[in-house]
Amino acid sequence: MKSLEELKALRDKMKSQTDNRAVAGTDETVIKVGMATCGIAAGARPVLTALLDEAEKRQLHNVSISQTGCIGLCRLEPIVEVFRDGQKYTYVLMTPEKARRMIVEHVVNGNPCQEYLIGEN
Amino acid sequence: MFRSHILVCGGTGCTSGNSMKIYEALVARIRKEGLENEVHVTKTGCFGLCALGPIMIVYPEGAFYSQVKVEDVDEIIDEHIIKGRIVTRLLYKETVGENGDIKALSDTNFYKKQHRVALRNCGVINPEKIEEYIAYDGYQALGKVLTEMTPQDVIDVISKSGLRGRGGAGFPTGRKWQFAKNSPGKKKYVCCNADEGDPGAFMDRSILEGDPHAVIEAMAIAAYAIGSDQGYIYVRAEYPIAVQRLTIAIKQAREYGLLGKNIFGTGFNFDLDIRLGAGAFVCGEETALMTSIEGHRGEPRPRPPFPAVKGLFGKPTILNNVETYANVAQIILKGADWFASMGTEKSRGTKVFALGGKIHNTGLVEIPMGTTMREIIYDIGGGCPNGKKFKAAQTGGPSGGCIPAHLIDTPIDYDNLLAIGSMMGSGGLIVMDEDNCMVDIAKFFLEFTVDESCGKCTACRIGTKRLYEMLCKVTDGTATMEDLDKMEELCYYIKENSLCGLGQTAPNPVLSTLHYFRDEYEAHVRDKRCPAGVCKKLLRYQIVADKCKGCTLCARNCPVGAITGSVKEPHVIDPEKCIKCGVCMEKCRFGAVIKA
Repeated sequence: MKSLEELKALRDKMKSQTDNRAVAGTDETVIKVGMATCGIAAGARPVLTALLDEAEKRQLHNVSISQTGCIGLCRLEPIVEVFRDGQKYTYVLMTPEKARRMIVEHVVNGNPCQEYLIGEN
Repeated sequence: MFRSHILVCGGTGCTSGNSMKIYEALVARIRKEGLENEVHVTKTGCFGLCALGPIMIVYPEGAFYSQVKVEDVDEIIDEHIIKGRIVTRLLYKETVGENGDIKALSDTNFYKKQHRVALRNCGVINPEKIEEYIAYDGYQALGKVLTEMTPQDVIDVISKSGLRGRGGAGFPTGRKWQFAKNSPGKKKYVCCNADEGDPGAFMDRSILEGDPHAVIEAMAIAAYAIGSDQGYIYVRAEYPIAVQRLTIAIKQAREYGLLGKNIFGTGFNFDLDIRLGAGAFVCGEETALMTSIEGHRGEPRPRPPFPAVKGLFGKPTILNNVETYANVAQIILKGADWFASMGTEKSRGTKVFALGGKIHNTGLVEIPMGTTMREIIYDIGGGCPNGKKFKAAQTGGPSGGCIPAHLIDTPIDYDNLLAIGSMMGSGGLIVMDEDNCMVDIAKFFLEFTVDESCGKCTACRIGTKRLYEMLCKVTDGTATMEDLDKMEELCYYIKENSLCGLGQTAPNPVLSTLHYFRDEYEAHVRDKRCPAGVCKKLLRYQIVADKCKGCTLCARNCPVGAITGSVKEPHVIDPEKCIKCGVCMEKCRFGAVIKA
């Protein structure tokens, strides 16, 4: 390490390794993937890994991504819930591609992907 | 990014409870399930709640599992990690709310009043990975100091923060650094005192085990401030985990160029070495410690000259305690005012205490200065177990004294503790209840100092031994009232005539118990009675004839055959044969055996 800039770059890179190592704060976007048997069978794991990968790629530190149990609507799994600004958005029939788009449009730019939300299906 | 982090405590307490086996089992299971890219398993430093170890915590839910066994690992993975259902039966009771929801750890009684500065990374990061320390702003303070501040700026910030030595004496850290900076000389040294030797104290060990880089970074900052390029950490060999993690940490810091030549390209050089102590208590005294680093027998020498003028190898040296260093980087990053806003007027910041003895929540706590003893013992520590009455708290180990129950509302800081005849010490806090005999406690600490006296000066070598013999007379019931006065006189003699801190403070446990618990001493001397029922020579076990059913259980268990009597008839203990082991009292189902 030759300079302070290098240290700062390493810190920012390492931050994504330690994200999620705290209970999510009120200002964080919380993303939960339904991962009971139904969710997993419908392909929730690739969705979850896509979310994690995209968040790391974009260096998003203000999100908490985790799994949760059965949300109840097994027919529409994989389900992803996004909690943001006191609101809950339920994304259904998710795929890794949809998940990546949701991160970009909803989490980064603040525009929920209407067509994936539960009401639209 | 990981969706979940499993942090397993790797402190000495939890390690001895098999936490490393739990860690290995978790890693193996996660790999078997193919979850290693989603779930991160880490070992960390001490969480503080050692009484409930082995401890692990799962984020982002913040589920705090206590007293975990290796057999529980599969359940935690199957239920919590795979299905997302928290294993409620393993949760720390305090974190479960009324309707079964999880309360944040910071809302529990044990953590609520704590404020973690020195322990900020303990239980959060993996101490064996420098990258994790860096992720939590590690080495940023060193970078700031080297690129933006002059050495004098650094000292000014530390002085302004009001940081005082956490090793016990409380000397202002900034002033110490200033003396060393002002001392002429090209070669100077920075040393760290990790020779924690007080019985019951484990703050420094936990910091070194949980966050070794915090100490390394602070030592580099101190070196820059005083103009040094070489440091030594003097740590006792009895702390194998601490030594191992320090060794790893120094190696990693060198690999990243954070120790060595031309750090951050600023031309500043600093390197560090570890020196292992052989466990002599006197080597915690600064001049003895430096003599030991030099390779000589660890004996103190007179001051002045002070180490800041003439220390290690005759060169200007600063020596600070582990916990003092653990505060430094935070002060640089957050500012002197932030640090000074915590604590009391003359004692700023926080202090780490190792809670032990007759207390529910044995463990490590960090509280702002000025917190009262009551808050520590009752609110954080949970009080004495089994409904026993709190009698006194001992701080400062063999150099400190006892704080009796009626002074429990004293706000803790350096000056208040000195005023009531104890001292801050390095932070051991031993709680005693009504079953502890204060004369016996004083005797325990004195036996320790007699053992640990290096023998260089007469007052300490012979004085402590004579004092110990007098205490033995008290507990044997052969002392007279004049002996108590003689004891006090001898105490002051030892204090005034000893060369170093060890001897000067060795009589403190006797003086403070004599002061606050004179009635207990007098009961031993006058009535030949130990009120707490501890001192064996003054103890007599008796069988109450009315309660004895003649079951013969006591007689069969007595190791020396001191109990006689026939079946269904009251038994009798022969005091001549009795060795006062107490087995009969333990075995009796009718409460017929009493201490008289």
